[in-house]
Amino acid sequence: MSKEPVAVTGIGQTKHVAARRDVSIAGLVREAAQRALDDAELTWADIDAVVIGKAPDFFEGVMMPELYLADALGAVGKPMLRVHTAGSVGGSTALVAANLVAARVHGTVLTVAFEKQSESNAMWGLSLPIPFQQPLLAGAGGFFAPHVRAYMRRTGAPDTVGSLVAYKDRRNALKNPYAHLHEHDITLEKVQASPMLWDPIRYSETCPSSDGACAMVLTDRAGAARAPRPAAWMLGGAMRSEPTLFAGKDAVSPQAGKDCAADVYRQAGIADPRRDIDAVEMYVPFSWYEPMWLENLGFADEGEGWKLTESGVTELDGDLPVNMSGGVLSTNPIGASGMIRFAEAALQVRGQAGEHQVDGARKVLGHAYGGGSQFFSMWLVGAEPPDA
Amino acid sequence: MTAVSRDIAVVAFAQSDILRTTEEQSEVEMLMPVLHDVLDRTGLKTADIGFTCSGSCDYLAGRAFSFTLALDGVGAWPPISESHVEMDGAWALYEAWTKLRSGDADTALVYSYGKSSPGSVRDVLTRQLDPYYVAPLWPDSVALAALQAQALIDAGDTDEPALAGIAARSRATDNTRAQLRGSVPQGDYVVRPLRTGDCPPIGDGAAAVVLAAGERARELCPRPAWIRGIDHRVEAHGLGVRNLTDSPSARLAAEKAGAFERPVDTAELHAPFSSQEVVLRKALRLDGNVRVNPSGGALAANPMMAAGLIRIGEAASRIHRGESDRALAHATSGPCLQQNLVAVLEGDPR
Amino acid sequence: MPEVLKAPLVVEFPFTRSLGPVQSAFLTGLRDRVVLGVRTGDGRTLVPPVEYDPVTAEEIRDLVEVAPTGTVTTWAWNHEPRRGQPLETPFAWVLVRLDGADTALLHALDAPGPEAVHTDMRVRVRWADDRVGAITDIACFEPYDGDAAQPTGHSGEFADPVTGIVAAARLDYTYSPGRAQTAYINALADRRAVGERCPACRKVYVPPRGACPTCGVATSEQVEVGPAGTVTTFCIVNIKAKNLDIEVPYVYAHIALDGADLALHGRIGGIPYDQVRMGLRVEPVWTEGGRYPDHYRPTGEPDADYETYKELL
Repeated sequence: MSKEPVAVTGIGQTKHVAARRDVSIAGLVREAAQRALDDAELTWADIDAVVIGKAPDFFEGVMMPELYLADALGAVGKPMLRVHTAGSVGGSTALVAANLVAARVHGTVLTVAFEKQSESNAMWGLSLPIPFQQPLLAGAGGFFAPHVRAYMRRTGAPDTVGSLVAYKDRRNALKNPYAHLHEHDITLEKVQASPMLWDPIRYSETCPSSDGACAMVLTDRAGAARAPRPAAWMLGGAMRSEPTLFAGKDAVSPQAGKDCAADVYRQAGIADPRRDIDAVEMYVPFSWYEPMWLENLGFADEGEGWKLTESGVTELDGDLPVNMSGGVLSTNPIGASGMIRFAEAALQVRGQAGEHQVDGARKVLGHAYGGGSQFFSMWLVGAEPPDA
Repeated sequence: MTAVSRDIAVVAFAQSDILRTTEEQSEVEMLMPVLHDVLDRTGLKTADIGFTCSGSCDYLAGRAFSFTLALDGVGAWPPISESHVEMDGAWALYEAWTKLRSGDADTALVYSYGKSSPGSVRDVLTRQLDPYYVAPLWPDSVALAALQAQALIDAGDTDEPALAGIAARSRATDNTRAQLRGSVPQGDYVVRPLRTGDCPPIGDGAAAVVLAAGERARELCPRPAWIRGIDHRVEAHGLGVRNLTDSPSARLAAEKAGAFERPVDTAELHAPFSSQEVVLRKALRLDGNVRVNPSGGALAANPMMAAGLIRIGEAASRIHRGESDRALAHATSGPCLQQNLVAVLEGDPR
Repeated sequence: MPEVLKAPLVVEFPFTRSLGPVQSAFLTGLRDRVVLGVRTGDGRTLVPPVEYDPVTAEEIRDLVEVAPTGTVTTWAWNHEPRRGQPLETPFAWVLVRLDGADTALLHALDAPGPEAVHTDMRVRVRWADDRVGAITDIACFEPYDGDAAQPTGHSGEFADPVTGIVAAARLDYTYSPGRAQTAYINALADRRAVGERCPACRKVYVPPRGACPTCGVATSEQVEVGPAGTVTTFCIVNIKAKNLDIEVPYVYAHIALDGADLALHGRIGGIPYDQVRMGLRVEPVWTEGGRYPDHYRPTGEPDADYETYKELL
């Protein structure tokens, strides 16, 4: 028996901000979940199971918070799973939920991911004073900046490419009411004049720290048939992992990312991603990761990704729009960031993306990664069901 | 639930010795021999495995992303299809089971590990309670279980001698991996009415399972432990809104897993406290004919995050060895059995 | 085998928790010596009040005052209080159903001994002297033999509500890095970088992690590498990190020590930051008592050719 096709019929997210001081952790998560249910016109009783994801528990200081969140997510008496795959977790969580439907274990599943970073300080959570270890010599940006330099060395990309990405994503965010950063007076000059934090990464090329949650309702064909609005159909989905650090690792274009994309394309029958995929929502926490992932995901040949960015192909009105939502550069509740990418892809093919809608988006890729560029999760969603 | 599209079985199980401390070893050093052991039992290599899933907890380790280093022990190169739950490995097995069910993979490696020795696990576990009303009071895991035990005593479901009997029976196991075996004094109260003997030993350990689907399972194991059903359910978080003498979530999971369709001969229950076996026996309708926890259960060895997976592994091993034909395995998570998983395993007729 | 290293690891943070309306009302009430519950759609009163009905999942907001007196539904005698718990002297943990409530609240009961405690006993709130809007504003419960106290008829509305709590949490661990890293750290004390070679792929890992990450097998053959190495890539840090006493800007680099198959991380000194480049040859500089090299400085050798280190970025 073949897999059950999986449809996204409900999407909800919070307005992402630096600190949601008006809600509890449960209130934050619930807000996104309720919006997803409302979108699908379902009630809590219609949900068969809940799959929740977030990044490290130290960020909120609650160990396995899903136990406390069971009531808020209407999970009492139901199965509930908690996924944690570092930064890719929002995507992985959606894929775990999707597989429950694909395997016909459940008909309708609620999946949700969140981070309430204002409860603590992410850098504290990431740099606990582990004895004997060399202290981190640089923040999160310092971890990734050397890889960016390696990319620039390898490709000869001009050093303005990163600022083009940031300028584009921050402008896209202005069209997305849920995005965290709304910099109405953004200009390319301002991006390029912003302080160089971890050379070659400038302040305006880094992601913010956000409180936010994202949720989706995933369902089977019968559920999609009852849905009030068009569904997004999962055409392919995959996770790939490789070790954190190893001899010969290509941190610029990790093999796990290539393999993950290839698996998704195989499932979805994508021969040429550049031609067959209409838009991409990818996990770009630092601007330069756009050209890097364009190559890693097969949208450009090795060394050529920056040319797509530079020539405007990835603009909202370009030939291959990238990060229509404003991306991680504009919104980063870490545990939810992957799911927001997946949800944006689904919004686009449902035609529900509002001002940041790409006309005629029929097939859109959602991408997330995490850890030391080692965990990847991706899905390709379409406006038509698989094999339709 | 739609009929199971294909049969999936536990084909191999391995675990470490469960020890009070493994400070000589990092997590990966503790885990890796177990991964080798379980793969050796099937002749598979990492590259042959279709899906890998693990369970562990940062709060036990005291480090964020602790699971990323454990991946070193897998040899994830070329890259593997892999996922991780911040839950007991029993739920990692559940996720892997769904991957095999959907046909995405034919084999899966499931592992979990936990080191309770670095921290004070009684205090660490307070961090999983309601962060507004409960966690600020630091009620430790033994205290919460003691509240449950007293409720059972008040209800006439058990008494202290009966609890001591459960503890003694559990530790009269021949399981050489167990941390506590043989005659163990019941001891003084830790939090009354629970005595030392009613509480699980605190220890470190790792476990791993290989799952396989259909014919692949028969190739890899002479007598696969077929998963006839597996389900898990969660309850409300607040202890004050629950009836602590019952486990409706365990009962519902068992029902969905088909446990009540016909009797099991063996049950491996993840009951960290003696009193919780009382709750589970009732909820799961286990009578005197069922062999409960021949492995000693969590009272003999309770490596956090692995103890639930070990229940499934122990039940499966008995089927592999022909000592059981139909076994129930149970895993739990959260305060006072908040979340419960039940799997029903069967061997082919002999 | 030498003993593994061990050291205390303290994980401590004052978490700032925003409350949302229901929890805000309850904790503000405690500050003002009022106990609030929340009423569900089917008329049950939940104390402590939660935001979502545990049975129906509906959002609930209908606050109702209950009495500060109640009945113990179960208890457990705690003869050895632990850090952070409500009382420092032996006490009973109790679930208390307050008069007017349908569910029970977890807290401590101050009683002379276990013989003085039983299920169904009557208790009342003992308020803390200093109340700030937290669950600890209830100091504990105490035995009480009177009738149910009458609620004051509070509306649940407050002029100056508490909207957040600071939940300080400290956990103490004993950290051990395990066998392989212990050997590495011990060798560093002699200012030697000793890695381990994978028996399968022959790659040398510094620091060693006990396992070859690509082969999944134990590493054990010790190999001394360095001391010199090559900067394979780097960034210039212009933002001062809270926990580091290093003047910015400085260069944070990936350094492939000679003989190692994976770069480690370090700071580059002894050269203006804007003259550091990929391929620069460097050597460690130690300071007295430092566990790790303080930084790496140029050796003066010619730069390494990109082809020799491009796999080691």
